[in-house]
Amino acid sequence: MDELQELYQQIVLEHYRNPRNYGELPEATHRAEGYNPLCGDRLEVMLRVREGAIEEIRFRGSGCAISQASASVMTTLVRGKSLAEAEELFERFHELVTGTGAVDLEQLGILAAFAGVREFPARVKCATLAWHTLRAALQQRQEPVTTE
Amino acid sequence: MSTAVHSAQELRELVWQWRQDFPLLQRTVYGKPIVYLDNAATTQKPTAVVAALQHYYTECTSNVHRGVYYLSEQATQLYEEARRTVQRFLGAAEAAEIVFVRGTTEAINLVAHCLGRTRIRPGSEILLTHMEHHSNIVPWQLVAEQTGARLRVLPITPDGELMLEAYPELLTERTAVVAVVHVSNSLGTINPVAELIQTAHERGIPVLVDGAQAVAHMPVDVQQLDCDFYAFSGHKIYGPTGIGVLYAKRRWLEEFPPYQGGGDMIRHVTFERTLYNDVPYKFEAGTPNIAGAIGLKAALEYVQQCGLERIAAHEHELLRYATERLQELPGVRLIGTAQRKAAIISFVIEGVHPHDVGTVLDREGIAIRVGHHCTQPVMEFFGVPATSRVSFGLYNTLEEVDRLVEALWKVIRLFGVGGNG
Repeated sequence: MDELQELYQQIVLEHYRNPRNYGELPEATHRAEGYNPLCGDRLEVMLRVREGAIEEIRFRGSGCAISQASASVMTTLVRGKSLAEAEELFERFHELVTGTGAVDLEQLGILAAFAGVREFPARVKCATLAWHTLRAALQQRQEPVTTE
Repeated sequence: MSTAVHSAQELRELVWQWRQDFPLLQRTVYGKPIVYLDNAATTQKPTAVVAALQHYYTECTSNVHRGVYYLSEQATQLYEEARRTVQRFLGAAEAAEIVFVRGTTEAINLVAHCLGRTRIRPGSEILLTHMEHHSNIVPWQLVAEQTGARLRVLPITPDGELMLEAYPELLTERTAVVAVVHVSNSLGTINPVAELIQTAHERGIPVLVDGAQAVAHMPVDVQQLDCDFYAFSGHKIYGPTGIGVLYAKRRWLEEFPPYQGGGDMIRHVTFERTLYNDVPYKFEAGTPNIAGAIGLKAALEYVQQCGLERIAAHEHELLRYATERLQELPGVRLIGTAQRKAAIISFVIEGVHPHDVGTVLDREGIAIRVGHHCTQPVMEFFGVPATSRVSFGLYNTLEEVDRLVEALWKVIRLFGVGGNG
């Protein structure tokens, strides 16, 4: 597989075309906006948190395949997780796309679809936007986050 | 300099000769010969420009307008020769009307600042167009905030042309200045600036023309245009970064207060009062970009040697061919389809974000710009967050257009546009 195919894996393209958990979330307890001024990617992450766990999550926005697929995959992963587990996933994803060490693809599950991103430094910000926005929402930050 | 327009075949052979002057075009990226199609952002530099910079730094380094010694006199001479070269290049009446600045942005800031201190008052109107680059919007916004003036905007049509019929009504007794782009960096539209200037002048209103995307692609004569101000950047016309030009009619430079204070712009300084230097030195505070001006001179001479008429004819052929080929592709929509265009093509592909287009093309060795091109109001008008933009320079070839189209097919197959999966 060449690097482009590694970046645009079928899973990524499929989530881009059919994003999961897309739309407004009524009765959200947490929400935050993310913006990547370089490419104009915008998204909003909304959460309903109960008793320290993410009961429901949705996102909406527009942007490139990487940012939209990353957001979609993220929502499927963190739904039903505790806040600590969500934070752990954030760290794991961050290490995957920005790190230089070896990755254990099997242990990563669906996140492995983003393993190709680290070969495209200009696209790392696209991939991490949703995750940074999730973190901002959980920390109840008011200012829109940016990956610039 | 011969400006006779050659046959298509002769032009193509010339272009292959021109390409030899740009060492960067010989390199490869990801193992593929580079196809550089981002000339509206910046252009590659011919060896003549690099040699001029090197000559100054290795043979003549010294400050200008100061030394009584040989080197300084030589540097001063080169710097002032560069000013005269710019004067001739733009057809200005005298060299004193040429102010060296960092680039188009600084030139516009200079004019906005000075008009803000002389002509723009509370209630004044500053007329811009909907297709201005942020650098011809924000400086005026700053001045409007400071003075209590307001911005007015000449609308555009769905083809990306100025809505000319709305223009006369927007010129009122409150209009202090009109600022308009000569060639749109995101749409490629060539605006009828001579007509706009004439109409404004009939009402006594000065006009600034942002020529950043024009001077490298067509002959420009500021006296023929009769513009009050004309701005351009060196790096977009095969020259160095950090050097640019403000042309201003002498009467404005005389009327304007200094833009920045410092050395070289003064005649006599006491703590009570300062007498300013003559134009244009009044506007060139501090040690200028001497090497940049010398490099710019080499770039302008290079372009004139190639011949702007020939460059324009060649780039027009690239525009025609690329427009035709891009329209063969499924899901491609061109943004900016004006009657008169420079060799800039903005487009979107249905269902594919421009950033993804840029990444795929990059791996094919093709450099294009993706994003909002510092023209967010234009993006908003066309209802897109961003576009992909191809912009040609004198060294691009029809074969490179073919490589672009091939790479776009790869994008289309990867993303399954229009059932092509």
